[in-house]
Amino acid sequence: MMELLLDISTWILMMTGCAFLLITGVGLLRFPDIYTRIHAGGMADTLATFLIFGGLALQSGFTLVTVKLVFIVAFIFITSPTATYALAQATFIAGLKPVVDGFGDDGPDENSNTAKVKD
Amino acid sequence: MEEFTSVFLMLLLVASALAVLYVRNLFVATMLLGAVSFIMALIFVTLDAVDVAFTEAAVGAGISTVLYLGTLALVGPHEKGSIKKPVLPLLLSLAVGGVLIYATFEMPIVGSPDTPVQQSRLTERFLVQSLDEIAVPNIVTSVLASYRGFDTFGETTVIFTAGIAVLLILSQVRIRRKEDLADGEVEDEQDSLEAQLAPQIKDTSAPSASPHDLIPHVVAKLLIPFVLLFGFYVQFHGDFGPGGGFQAGVIFAAGFILYSLVFGLEFTQKLLPLRVVEYGLAAGVLLYGGVGVVSMLLGGNFLDYNLLSADPVAGQHLGILLVELGVGITVTAAMVAIFYGFAGRSEVKKKNEVEAK
Repeated sequence: MMELLLDISTWILMMTGCAFLLITGVGLLRFPDIYTRIHAGGMADTLATFLIFGGLALQSGFTLVTVKLVFIVAFIFITSPTATYALAQATFIAGLKPVVDGFGDDGPDENSNTAKVKD
Repeated sequence: MEEFTSVFLMLLLVASALAVLYVRNLFVATMLLGAVSFIMALIFVTLDAVDVAFTEAAVGAGISTVLYLGTLALVGPHEKGSIKKPVLPLLLSLAVGGVLIYATFEMPIVGSPDTPVQQSRLTERFLVQSLDEIAVPNIVTSVLASYRGFDTFGETTVIFTAGIAVLLILSQVRIRRKEDLADGEVEDEQDSLEAQLAPQIKDTSAPSASPHDLIPHVVAKLLIPFVLLFGFYVQFHGDFGPGGGFQAGVIFAAGFILYSLVFGLEFTQKLLPLRVVEYGLAAGVLLYGGVGVVSMLLGGNFLDYNLLSADPVAGQHLGILLVELGVGITVTAAMVAIFYGFAGRSEVKKKNEVEAK
């Protein structure tokens, strides 16, 4: 019974993780500019890693492997958002303007597709 | 399932390699090369060659990418268009590739019992007797550090030579540039390599105190101790699991390079001066060779660890520990030295541009 429960939770975690990875891939391909793309890559990817590794940890039980998995998840939880931040920061300083401007506006501005202008 | 994985990885490998050829932006090519290395590491894992995979991931995907980026910081991200039509090289590579693919038809299937590797007397000896002779659970380590210790000594020397060569070449160019820029001020130049490579502290501006650098700074401070700790783990756990001097050296160097990328070269060189790196470069090889010479002095062959202690197995353990330590020190020093070479050059380039304005 316990094993079945573990297996079901593993499946749920891994499948959700895979779905998030898929979303990441679609986002990386379909989003209009670098900021939105690294947003997709940084957020959903981290969550997907967490979910998949959670599923793997459930399968490996209370072993050294689980400890290593926890370490990896902790590492990715710290580094991945930092990398996203550093990338966005460097891009902004280099002068690349976001295509999508403002939060209240209705979607991306048609005219700003050529907004990759340097300051 | 396993076949599906290997076919998938192989296709991914070929696709990334072709993408490296077609992409014109060198930054993208560098990232793709990192991906190629990483896929290669995954293929090694599927082939159960975990130690090789570890090295490939650390060296190919890790350090090489950083060094390429260091080079690109100097030369810029754009590929120069070639005037020549590359017909002859293309034909040559196609021919060589064709011959190699033809040769693979003669190769036995991976894991089949009638391969030369499976039938060799050495395999039998490594797999069965090494557990009594050396008593190291990871047979790769006992082969690498003990049975083929002389080989590994050669590899360490290669890394040592590469480190020295890069330092020599990069500092050479630097001297010429300085002569071009300021005639007659050459006498002021100090002779030591360190003085040429070390960025002039009074000239380089301190790392920008922008609040936006705060997050990388804090995270790097948090991570670097763990990176170094992991380096030690890989170094000293190599007897029991995948790991050893080569991988540990690269990971250790990665810690210092991360520090340098986040906080600037100047602070890193205060922490780990080039002089120390140079000594480390030589000390590792010296330690390795020293173990060999000591075993000769004790009356055995070069690198015969059995004599290092009263008990042959303890002697083997001591020898492997020292030898791996030597490899680790040399690899760390070589990687840091190469990085210092490139990073120092780009800092001087920046300074020259500022002076030219």
